[in-house]
Amino acid sequence: MASPAPQHHHHKRPDERTHQAEADRLIAPGHDFGTVTDTISKIVLQRQTPKGWWLGFAFGFCLLQLMLYAIGNLLFVGIGTWGVTIPVGWGFDIINFVWWIGIGHAGTLISAILLLLRQEWRTSINRFAEAMTLFAVACAGFYPIFHTGRPWIAFYWLLPYPNTMGLWPNFRSPLIWDVFAVTTYATVSALFWFVGLIPDLATLRDRAKSKPWKIVYGMAALGWRGSARHWHNYETAYLLLAGLATPLVVSVHTVVSFDFATGIVPGWHATIFPPYFVAGAIYAGFAMVLTLSIPLRKFYGLEDFITMKHLENMAKVMMATGLIVGYGYMMEAFFAWYSSNTYEEFMIKNRMFGPYALSYWALILCNVVAPNLLWIKNLRTNVTVLFLMSFVVSVGMWLERFVIIVTSLSRDYLPSSWGLYAGTHVDWAAFIGTIGLFITLLFLFVRFLPAISIFEMRTLVPAAEMPEEEEK
Amino acid sequence: MSIPLPMAGARTVDLKGVRRRLDGTQGRDYWKSLEELSETPEFLEFLHREFPEQADDFSDPAGRREFMRVMGASLALAGLTACTKQPEERIVPYVKQPEEVIPGKALFFATAVLDGGYAKGVLVESHLGRPTKIEGNPEHPMSLGSTDAQGQAAVLGLYDPDRSQTVRSYGEIHSWQEFLAAVKPVLEKQKAVGGAGLRILTETVTSPTLARQLLDLLIEFPRAKWHQYEPGSADNARNGAVLAFGENVETRHHFEKADVILAFDSDFIGGGPGNVRQIRDFSSRRKIRGEHANLNRLYAIESSPNLVGSNADHRLPVKPSEVDGLVRAVAAALGIAVEGASTAHAAWIGPMVKDLQAHAGTSLVLAGESLAPASHALVHAINEKLGNVGKTVTYSAPVLAGAVDQRASLKLLVEDLFANKVELLVVLGGNPAYTAPADLPFRDAMMKAGLRVRLGLYDDETSDRSHWQIPEAHSLEAWSDARALDGTASILQPLIAPLYGGKSAHEVVSALLGRERTGYDIVREYWQSQLGAVDFERTWRRALHDGLFAGTAYPEKAVAVTLGDWTRAVPKAPAAGLEVSFRLDPSVGDGRFANLGWLQELSKPLTKLTWDNAVLMSLATAQSLGVGTTSNFDGQVESGGKPTPQGTITDVVEIKLGDRSVKGPAWVLPGHPDGAVTIHLGYGRTHAGRVGSDVGFNASVVRVQDGFWWRGGATIQKTGERRTLACTQDHWSMEGRNLVRAASLEEYEKNPEFVKEMGEEPAKDMTLYPPHPYEGHAWGLSVDLNSCVGCNACVTACQSENNIPVVGRDQVGRGREMQWIRIDRYYAGDPAKPESLETQHQPVMCMHCENAPCEVVCPVAATVHSDEGLNDMVYNRCVGTRYCSNNCPYKVRRFNFYLYQDWDTKTLKMQRNPDVSIRSRGVMEKCTYCVQRINEKRIDANNAGRPIKDGEIQTACQQACPAEAIVFGDQNDKDSRVAQLKAEPRNYGLLAELNTRPRTSYLAAVRNPNPEMPQHG
Repeated sequence: MASPAPQHHHHKRPDERTHQAEADRLIAPGHDFGTVTDTISKIVLQRQTPKGWWLGFAFGFCLLQLMLYAIGNLLFVGIGTWGVTIPVGWGFDIINFVWWIGIGHAGTLISAILLLLRQEWRTSINRFAEAMTLFAVACAGFYPIFHTGRPWIAFYWLLPYPNTMGLWPNFRSPLIWDVFAVTTYATVSALFWFVGLIPDLATLRDRAKSKPWKIVYGMAALGWRGSARHWHNYETAYLLLAGLATPLVVSVHTVVSFDFATGIVPGWHATIFPPYFVAGAIYAGFAMVLTLSIPLRKFYGLEDFITMKHLENMAKVMMATGLIVGYGYMMEAFFAWYSSNTYEEFMIKNRMFGPYALSYWALILCNVVAPNLLWIKNLRTNVTVLFLMSFVVSVGMWLERFVIIVTSLSRDYLPSSWGLYAGTHVDWAAFIGTIGLFITLLFLFVRFLPAISIFEMRTLVPAAEMPEEEEK
Repeated sequence: MSIPLPMAGARTVDLKGVRRRLDGTQGRDYWKSLEELSETPEFLEFLHREFPEQADDFSDPAGRREFMRVMGASLALAGLTACTKQPEERIVPYVKQPEEVIPGKALFFATAVLDGGYAKGVLVESHLGRPTKIEGNPEHPMSLGSTDAQGQAAVLGLYDPDRSQTVRSYGEIHSWQEFLAAVKPVLEKQKAVGGAGLRILTETVTSPTLARQLLDLLIEFPRAKWHQYEPGSADNARNGAVLAFGENVETRHHFEKADVILAFDSDFIGGGPGNVRQIRDFSSRRKIRGEHANLNRLYAIESSPNLVGSNADHRLPVKPSEVDGLVRAVAAALGIAVEGASTAHAAWIGPMVKDLQAHAGTSLVLAGESLAPASHALVHAINEKLGNVGKTVTYSAPVLAGAVDQRASLKLLVEDLFANKVELLVVLGGNPAYTAPADLPFRDAMMKAGLRVRLGLYDDETSDRSHWQIPEAHSLEAWSDARALDGTASILQPLIAPLYGGKSAHEVVSALLGRERTGYDIVREYWQSQLGAVDFERTWRRALHDGLFAGTAYPEKAVAVTLGDWTRAVPKAPAAGLEVSFRLDPSVGDGRFANLGWLQELSKPLTKLTWDNAVLMSLATAQSLGVGTTSNFDGQVESGGKPTPQGTITDVVEIKLGDRSVKGPAWVLPGHPDGAVTIHLGYGRTHAGRVGSDVGFNASVVRVQDGFWWRGGATIQKTGERRTLACTQDHWSMEGRNLVRAASLEEYEKNPEFVKEMGEEPAKDMTLYPPHPYEGHAWGLSVDLNSCVGCNACVTACQSENNIPVVGRDQVGRGREMQWIRIDRYYAGDPAKPESLETQHQPVMCMHCENAPCEVVCPVAATVHSDEGLNDMVYNRCVGTRYCSNNCPYKVRRFNFYLYQDWDTKTLKMQRNPDVSIRSRGVMEKCTYCVQRINEKRIDANNAGRPIKDGEIQTACQQACPAEAIVFGDQNDKDSRVAQLKAEPRNYGLLAELNTRPRTSYLAAVRNPNPEMPQHG
């Protein structure tokens, strides 16, 4: 496969041109098959675990204990320790659920859609984007079960299974659609991720020095020998899985948005929700990929593989989806006015000027105003700016879910029943706990599996292009 | 195949061995069997092998199968019994089934609950000897089948685990006999001096038996004195009657005959001995059927907003000091020679008086207890002048036994106590150590008495200062009697033996007389002496059955007002400064109900506060003090304090009245007159129990005799402290939504279909799902907003019927109250102008929508529709996603965020309705239209082979409602009351524009304003 067509720089000065070329590269010069494999597998196979890893892992693991506390508290005391109330029956639980699920979206998008669209720049980021997806879905999956009043039965009563009670779930409920959407998503993402790992696992098996690791990686590699037949079947399977995963990119967050869109709560009941949620999910997802890839390339010296071109492309996707999301906010406000529905009008007024006005305007600042800075190339290619921006977007997307869920519920139809909501310390513990889970899993992933696809990176080195051209 | 018995088989008993063993023993050496005796190897083997015979079968395939079969069965049985280990309890089954007791079927007994000493007839539902629910007694004139919230809570009071449980002296547990022994020498000493040192203090007494007993006691101890005191006593009314008529009389108001009503600070809806009947009569004139409207018109002049003002067609908020002057102004306008008539509010008083005059004979003027005695007398004169006497107002002999000026009575007692004249003080009921006015420090005075004996339901503030505390038997567990406001006598019969061995006042007084008798004998003998022995048994049984002695109502008495000096005595001008009104709390009264969670958690009709009292003031007053107000984005004031997710935060203020002061949280009550505040009694208890202690502040520390109901000259200052209150409805306005639909009578007559123009209902086919036919019953409920007065009786009735838990202040503050029915209160008008304010009350329970938004979103089908249109809640199935509540536009669903139900307190378990499941943690619940009552009547009808009659099924809220505003029934039956009400032009569905098709519908309110009155807003 050829790299993208060279751009026309005739109006630019030579030093700018060099700079441009550097920015366009998907892999730094001077790499061959061996160096690629060495650089990436070294991270996993090094005997000495770096101190920094231990620090990061310990940090994540400590945060994870908060989740343990939150779950224990929930099970023994009751969900009353959360801030949820009547009328605001959902709070941090569903905010965080949607937030995590949204974050997961970038993984699938990068893996599947960009693969099918033959966007080579996905190669160095797809592996950990997929891992991130899996871990984000794991974090998200915690909430639908544990946000219920009786999680000990919720985790199987929500599933359709033949039982002695002769009862099935209510297939009219969007929560049941959620169950299907999320489990499908989790399954396909896991498969996709694992299948993508097989050739690299074989590489690790071959390069591992200790016997136990040889066995572990060997078993995980499923007997991969790299024969032509293997590669043939592999490519087919991977493409098929990509085909399967592609609709999921759109479907999962569409279904999640149905939780709200099919409800009759003003501020939820809107047809714009599915596309606007999907765009928001990709937006948040790319922000998270940036949040992770920037330190990863720095600490493991992977600047050669995750180049400025990658970062810039991600920034562009982030800005584009951010603008779609901004359009969504605009349309929400427009239709509230255009519908001349009292409740809708009140809802948007309440969002803008009500008790949660601060959240609303903070959200507009983070999600609509801030990403417009990325129009400027110098900012878009500045690692620090991108890193900060990715945080701003994550915060903004969290606030978006907060605004949609909390402000809509807190003041719906009957003013007599209005009420306010705030997360309690247990809510925060659960939220930070899931962040801990995410960090912990990521650190384990980076330590034990190749964070960048070795075999796919190898296709990017100049040597890989030769046979292809010869074949032609 | 038969199973071999353990002892079967070819085994022989070694008789020789037996003899050998027996020979070697001496005395009584017992043996169980001959085998044991002989210690044969077979026996030893039997002892050591679990399955002696069958185990042998293991070697043989056929036998083994049999063995496994038997073992399998017994293991399965063992498994079953292991699931729930049965507690070791001895049960005594009925040898003979008691008459009429059918397990699962409730029995109803007629008795009465007391309100300020007066009887309100009730029927008590009893399940296998446990009273569980209070209903009104349809035969009783002061109930007519309805109750109020406090009446409903009586059953909780009975089971209150914090009640006084044993005779105590100095904190030590003693017996009744020890008490008798201790009091005997003191009594003997008193006998010698004619009881000069004996004082009895009771609350208001209407019990003929107790009155007779006390008279007997005063005969026995001629120099003893009987004092009475109650913080809500009607002294001013009594003294006013004496001024007007020269004697005390009982006044009865006949609201059903009144076209125009004027209430001066009277709360005839919210409380008092006649409130249930008064609401019934009043609201009977607010019913509209089709074009036929015969509405009454209510004018309210009030210094402290209450339900009368919120139901008034015209309301004039004035400072407490202005009310007496306005009474005089009305009297003067009617041509009664008075002095001191106020000239203020002439534009309001003028047309109002004209209206009264136009309805001479069918008008009614009432005076509240806070008015001066002279004003009460003047109101009698006004009614007389208007020709209302004998029509809307009647008089009878006083119902109270030995009615006295209670404040004067307490004053005398306190003086005697301080003069060390009291050797033996017997306090029967009440709680004077807490309720006495601040300038009659009973709590200090009582310490001067030689021996202090107290009969009380609780170990309260007064018990704490007594030598002897006798647990009082609750009115549902003791024999007694009482009279209602109209004089009708009822027997109070016990529904259960005293839970804690309590004694009634009858028994204590009897013991003081040295004749220890049971309450039953005392009460029965009294009535026998009154009714004569002839046919007494029948009369007595009849009275017990009906809950009243028929024909004991007092006859009407003709009295005439004599104008005296009091018409000229000008009301004294109040001291400068703010004025403070004192009122009994609408929920916990004078504090006697402070430990009843149902009432603490009952949101007060106007403030919607729970678990606290507050310093209520108008918006302008609050702003001038710079305290607790907040406004929303429209600049519209929203709440008495600042709503937060944990409750509503407000400023604490200090009220200085004379040299006394009290601190309490400020709360803005729209419609409160400017320049005045209201504080409610009944809070700040220190010895109320686990529920009621240290809740709110004690208003009586600034209440004095000469300022019993209001006092001027107060200064109020912000303290800088803040408090979080639990308010169930922070928001005042309907936000321009057509939730409570109302019109004036004029508008209604012009356009009876006005409600239809206030909101559209989508066509019935506007749903994706196929319509359900509802071929059998289709249950529906109608709420008449014109009748509803907002009294809260339905809320407590529902709580009692449906085993609804109490959650506490913190949880209510977080919006987690559990009541299945709530009364929404909305204001219209300008909160800055108290006189412009209109109040609306709207009871909201589950709407049982035909297109229920909750049902589609439940993932586990825990809330589903019945074929009769009920929105059923399947608690067992609920996993608690709360999605249904989010999607409920009415927000009537309640969630068990914690384990709110008390699973441990034994007495509270006895209160529960066995027909309604107890909900556990993590489960959603809501109004079921009392499905247990529907099913009960369905079974009855099926057994009798007849259809369910209209009106046979009453929901708990409907049954309690004194206004008859709630009607339940089958809307498929075109002749049913509910179907007819739903066919009324005023019928509308709340938020019906959402296409929920609610089964609960509302009848719009129609107010009847006088077009000549000044317009506001």
